[in-house]
Amino acid sequence: MGRGSVEIEQTALPGIGLKHEFTTQSGRRVAVVSHRGGRRDLVIYDRHDPDRACEAIQLNDEEADALVELLGAPRIVQRLNALHREVEGLVSVQLPILPDSPYAERPMGDARVRTRTGASIVAVVRGGQVHASPNPDFPLASGDVVVVVGSPESTSAVADILTHG
Amino acid sequence: MHTATLFIELGGIVLALGVLGALALRAGISPIPLYLLAGLAFGQGGILPLATSEDFIAVGAELGVVLLLLTLGLEYNADELVTSLRGNARGGLVDLVLNAAPGAVAAVVLGWGPVAAVAMAGVTYATSSGITAKVLSDLGWIGNRETPVVLSLLVFEDLTMALYLPILTAILAGVSLMGGAITVAIALATVSVVLLVALRYGRWIEAFVASPNSEVLLLKVMGLALLVAGVAQQLQVSAAVGAFLVGIALSGELAHEARALLIPLRDLFAAVFFVFFGLQTDPAAIWPMAGTAALLALISMVTKLATGVYAARRAGIARAGQARAGIALIPRGEFNIVIAGLAVAAGAHPDLGPLAAGYVLILAAFGPLAARLLQPLIAVVARRA
Repeated sequence: MGRGSVEIEQTALPGIGLKHEFTTQSGRRVAVVSHRGGRRDLVIYDRHDPDRACEAIQLNDEEADALVELLGAPRIVQRLNALHREVEGLVSVQLPILPDSPYAERPMGDARVRTRTGASIVAVVRGGQVHASPNPDFPLASGDVVVVVGSPESTSAVADILTHG
Repeated sequence: MHTATLFIELGGIVLALGVLGALALRAGISPIPLYLLAGLAFGQGGILPLATSEDFIAVGAELGVVLLLLTLGLEYNADELVTSLRGNARGGLVDLVLNAAPGAVAAVVLGWGPVAAVAMAGVTYATSSGITAKVLSDLGWIGNRETPVVLSLLVFEDLTMALYLPILTAILAGVSLMGGAITVAIALATVSVVLLVALRYGRWIEAFVASPNSEVLLLKVMGLALLVAGVAQQLQVSAAVGAFLVGIALSGELAHEARALLIPLRDLFAAVFFVFFGLQTDPAAIWPMAGTAALLALISMVTKLATGVYAARRAGIARAGQARAGIALIPRGEFNIVIAGLAVAAGAHPDLGPLAAGYVLILAAFGPLAARLLQPLIAVVARRA
């Protein structure tokens, strides 16, 4: 499932930088031109003239990061779901932190999830951003979505801990 | 008194160039043809001949050539050159044969002799990488799939220049056949050695030049480039090639920084260089050559178009992209004038300068314009296909 199914073609642009491009399943070509100076262009090719860039969107560092996060956040959860389909007996669940959770506004480590259930918190999704592999001192907040990986029993035990303590 | 006149003349010229640059920017064309026209106006037989500043402009023009080639070299690193050379040698050779031929044939037909033929071959061969890069970026063609083909042809041309300029320099110096062969051998050996050093030991040169202080970096890079250019000229390898090779030896972040520092200097002195070439050319001499220049421009537009189509087709690009690759290659500019300048300085046929000036005037102005005008037409054709 992972990245292997998308074939990314890399081309050197002498004097400018590098270009990475691929074709989507629906047949559109997309590319990213990385200029030497750090500027990046998101390029979308014309349907009728597949060699022509019909849109080239200039992105600075912050904008490129923002785009990566927007596109990447749901992908991580999807990949985890794919993972638990592939590994027998392993599930990943997404648990929301509700305002009345005893761990809202407390460091994640306080819940001692792994010690008590054997399941692991692999990521916290907050406002569309994924914080992968959070440290024990990562403060949970109401509205966060915690991604937990473990056996079906241990993950439901985590759900119980996060709601009732 | 002398200083006062010098400053007044220089100030007038540079200010005029600034105004012309602004006009070119507004019209969306390259400023090079306007700089050439300014040179024609200030030169002998022009409307405002200069009195005192010509010596300074002559030296400034030489600096302009060194800076043009140095910043061009800084854009590439040796790895890119070698990769491009391997992958696109055939397209590059087609480019060389198709586009050197019109100039060489023209010189022979006009009866200017073999030396002028070699010089004119260079004048029609080289695409202006500066103007083409600007066309690609202005029209949003950088992401296009034919663009790597265009860029690798430009790289091939620039490398060919590194071999061609020493040969031209030797031939223009009028050395005997034996002496010429020796000079050319020295030139080729120097270029190969420097490229090898750049590939293998580029890091040492970078370690020497690198500095966190931009002033130190500027002085070191500029000093090194001038020094190597001078030595190269002494060996008859041509100063321009020496500077180009220094640029290639430097790569990565350092090259990027150095380039940013040098570009304002380059812009100033390159403009002076174009003016200087115009100064040396008598405007009255251009008119008789205008027809020939236009014909030569037309022929070499077709040959460049054919080159682009051929190279792009080999890379599996569709018809519209092939046309764009050809159009992007049409502009001629700095290199062509550099070559013509060398020939003029060595006392080539008196009509060579005016012909080259007319030729570059047409193609530097018309190349980018053609790309802009033909873009919608290509889109229509692509949609119908």
